[in-house]
Amino acid sequence: MKPLAWMAWTWPTGAFFIFIAVCLITMFVWEMVKPGGDPRVGVLGLDTTRGDRLFISLLGSAYIHVAWLGLTDLPLWWGSVVCGFFALAVFRWV
Amino acid sequence: MITKTVNQKAWFLVLPVLLIVALNAVIPLMTVVNYSVQDTFSPGVFFFEGTKWYKEVLSSPRFHGALGRQFLYTAIILAIEIPLGVLVALAMPRKGPWVSACLVLMALPLLIPWNVVGAMWNIFALPDIGLLGYGLNWLGFDYNYTQQPVSAWMTVILMDVWHWTSLVVLLAYAGLSSIPDAYYQAAKIDGASAFAVFRYIQLPKMKRVLIIALLLRFMDSFMVYTEPFVLTGGGPGNSTTFLSIDLVKAAIGEFNLGIAAAMSILYFLMTLLVCWVFYTAMMRGEES
Repeated sequence: MKPLAWMAWTWPTGAFFIFIAVCLITMFVWEMVKPGGDPRVGVLGLDTTRGDRLFISLLGSAYIHVAWLGLTDLPLWWGSVVCGFFALAVFRWV
Repeated sequence: MITKTVNQKAWFLVLPVLLIVALNAVIPLMTVVNYSVQDTFSPGVFFFEGTKWYKEVLSSPRFHGALGRQFLYTAIILAIEIPLGVLVALAMPRKGPWVSACLVLMALPLLIPWNVVGAMWNIFALPDIGLLGYGLNWLGFDYNYTQQPVSAWMTVILMDVWHWTSLVVLLAYAGLSSIPDAYYQAAKIDGASAFAVFRYIQLPKMKRVLIIALLLRFMDSFMVYTEPFVLTGGGPGNSTTFLSIDLVKAAIGEFNLGIAAAMSILYFLMTLLVCWVFYTAMMRGEES
């Protein structure tokens, strides 16, 4: 039996978790190079740090994907593109 | 103002916790994500299905039914337990020999394991031999939780209220105990009514613990499994089949690992969103 075969890895799920890991590492490096400083108040009226904005982006993206699957028959990649714009908006204005 | 974090070494102190969380939460969660995009017929044999299970679950009347019942159950539980817990805490003595007795009495239901509570209420509510069931029928109420959905719901809710209101009471009592006497003395001098004291002194001071109570009760009631399963087994019919019961039925009863994993991920997302909302509310309350 291959190592970690019980986890039933696939390329898409592996790529997904690598993406999450890359996001976290990027945030870490960004913070080391250029600290984000104190939380700021955005359009939602919430105090958010960069980490908070990443969390909101990831959680919001998960919901966008779920809504995409549940409400449309369009390719999921289009939903991922929408999520990309959503994340940019969150980092810019939230 | 931009401030630079001076010492990053403290992050290494959280490494042990990170490892434990990775082992007991992140790795199982990754596995569930992997299962949610595959089908399996025997151990170690998987077939990639993409987002098929998610689409199936999202359009499934069975999932919608279980989710609707879950939200209704949680809403009823919170609507009863939070105000009742605050009322009981307000009625409890703050000083004197009865304080310890009341606190012990309140803590007792919390010490009983979930499956024991389910078994207790199963017998207690039986219409032919249980004290509650027999008593209600003797009083003229048509009560049979094994056959009537309304009776089953009433029993499941009553059981949860009996088991968990104490937690809200203890938290609210802790909040009330932390209010200095000077506040009450000032209110007395101003001639404030009992309601005004509650509205402007006690409630604001209890706000933080009440948010914690709300979060804990939401999480527990949203994930409830053992008590209703032991009491009703999800019946009669599917009337008390909540999300977790449906999930276990799909995973273990029917061995539909893909569907169960997709349901788990959706369940997890809902829990995560609510936790974040409560956490944000709590932090804002703390700042204000």
